[in-house]
Amino acid sequence: MATLEIRDLHVSVEAEDGRKEILRGVDLTVRDGETHAIMGPNGSGKSTLAYSIAGHPKYAVTQGTVSLDGVDVLSMTVDERARAGLFLAMQYPVEVPGVSVSNFLRTAKTAIDGTPPKLRTWVGDVRDAMTALSIDATFAERSLNEGFSGGEKKRHEILQLELLDPRFAILDETDSGLDIDALRVVSEGVNRFRAKGDRGVLLITHYTRILRYITPDFVHVFVDGRIAEEGGPELADRLESEGYERFVKVG
Amino acid sequence: MTQTQQVRPSEADVPVVARAIETVASHLHPTPSYDLADYDVPTGREEVWRFTPIKRLRGLLEDTPSDDHLEWKLDAPAAVEVSELTVEAARALGGPAPVDRSSALAVKHSGGAMLIDIPADTELDQPVVVRLAGVSAEQVVHGHVLVRIGRHSRAIVVLEHTGSAQYVAEVTVLVGDSARLELASLQLWDDDAVHLGHVAVRVGRDAEVRTFQASLGGSVVRMVETADYAGPGGRLEMYGLYFVDAGQHIEHRLFIDHNQPRTRSNADYRGALQGKGAHSVWVGDVLIRKQAEGIQTYESNRNLVLTEGCQADSVPNLEIETGEIEGAGHASATGRFDDEQLFYLQSRGITPVEAKRLVVHGFFADLIRRIGVGSIERRLLDAVEAELAKNIGLPAVGVER
Repeated sequence: MATLEIRDLHVSVEAEDGRKEILRGVDLTVRDGETHAIMGPNGSGKSTLAYSIAGHPKYAVTQGTVSLDGVDVLSMTVDERARAGLFLAMQYPVEVPGVSVSNFLRTAKTAIDGTPPKLRTWVGDVRDAMTALSIDATFAERSLNEGFSGGEKKRHEILQLELLDPRFAILDETDSGLDIDALRVVSEGVNRFRAKGDRGVLLITHYTRILRYITPDFVHVFVDGRIAEEGGPELADRLESEGYERFVKVG
Repeated sequence: MTQTQQVRPSEADVPVVARAIETVASHLHPTPSYDLADYDVPTGREEVWRFTPIKRLRGLLEDTPSDDHLEWKLDAPAAVEVSELTVEAARALGGPAPVDRSSALAVKHSGGAMLIDIPADTELDQPVVVRLAGVSAEQVVHGHVLVRIGRHSRAIVVLEHTGSAQYVAEVTVLVGDSARLELASLQLWDDDAVHLGHVAVRVGRDAEVRTFQASLGGSVVRMVETADYAGPGGRLEMYGLYFVDAGQHIEHRLFIDHNQPRTRSNADYRGALQGKGAHSVWVGDVLIRKQAEGIQTYESNRNLVLTEGCQADSVPNLEIETGEIEGAGHASATGRFDDEQLFYLQSRGITPVEAKRLVVHGFFADLIRRIGVGSIERRLLDAVEAELAKNIGLPAVGVER
């Protein structure tokens, strides 16, 4: 059984007025087969958690550990983390002009697997995954994320999730900016990934909307850089009716 | 990393600018002339020579003839007429004159021009490819190539430079009314070559011209590209890419003269620099003359600095004599890799080296794909890939076309 374990994680960023601590002791264990939703108000540090696990250079871990099956993740480079089985679906995927989607996908797949995909099956796999996500075939020849609409970017992140097939996926506000149709299509993609079994999902979201399509096993409320409350799917329903107010200090 | 400047002259400040320009014409540009006496031997302090490593040009700027020539190989459809003209006959065609000492020398000592003539109302189904090869960096070669496209004709012309030489060259391009030309000049020289070139393009009324400069090889490459318009409505797109290695000097100087109304120009030049002493220069001068109402121009230069010890000079200049234009702007950006792009690629398991290779590939491919001429695109992508393989590393998987 695979486990992603986060212990007492403290993370800072360099701000104009010196170092600013954003994560203040996060404890979280995600086992394969589990889907955890992390919910919280804006600025609570949800995205920082996602980027810190992926290894973005902007975030400095000052304390604590992240391990994957007991192996230290924090000492790995960004690409090593991905090859170890971590995947981050970004809220704002980056444009890379002149690099086509198909070239990118093939390069990433080769990097993750350590060997180029078999051309015959790969082309079909990409086509099927694109069809399932209602992505037009011409998309493959477009530049990576360049000129993509918000919905196209998110669908393309989930396309990568399905094709690269990691062990743990961190979805950073994949639902934001999606209309209902796109949300359903994207959620179906995530559910196909979960249905493969022994895959873990850390679903970061501001809204409960996506949880109507993707049922989490655990819900964590993230406030002020740490987990303030944990529970089952019913916690999401409470947040839906009560909001985050009772977690956020007044003033 | 990016500095972008949009210039939209207001009515108020135009008269002042116009008055100044009327007295000094375009101050950066000497009057074109065939007469060598009009150009002193440069010392390196002159505005147009100040970035060029004069010492490395050895005696190239002296008034000394040479018998050496490049090897020619011409691939042209039957409709193309190729002939040799005397220096006098070439001049009598009335094209734009040389603009500096090296181009004046090129014409004077060329021994005559090679004329590639595409008659009027002719659509070529195959590109005209001129392969020019030098045999030794010890040889000084002067050359003059004339390309003439008749009215309503359509052609693709590729000039490919390989091998080694000290090549001082003039290329005159006359594009007839409503004609359409794609012109590519590929500088794929060996490491020790020197190329001082002038490409002078005259765009006919309502003609469409697209030029591509690819400067990848050579020790010193200095390409001066000038363009003007023979009538209203002409459209010009100028693209350039360069990959500058350690010790290489690659210079592109543009002068687009909007001397006719409702003309358009767009320039996009991109370079990558790697290694100690790699030096790129891009100067983009655009002049909008008083009569050039309703024109549109935009020029852009971007440089990707891959290592320490490189220098990228980038100087856009815009001189505007009339406020009655549709738009004029320029942008220049020089910087290192975008960390967010590298992070995104690496977060998909792609190694840092491969991520950089992909970003540079994309940086150039984004430009190359605009060419729209498959054979040139493939040639340039191959050349870029060869540079990437040499400088960054081989691709992990086959390169995409």
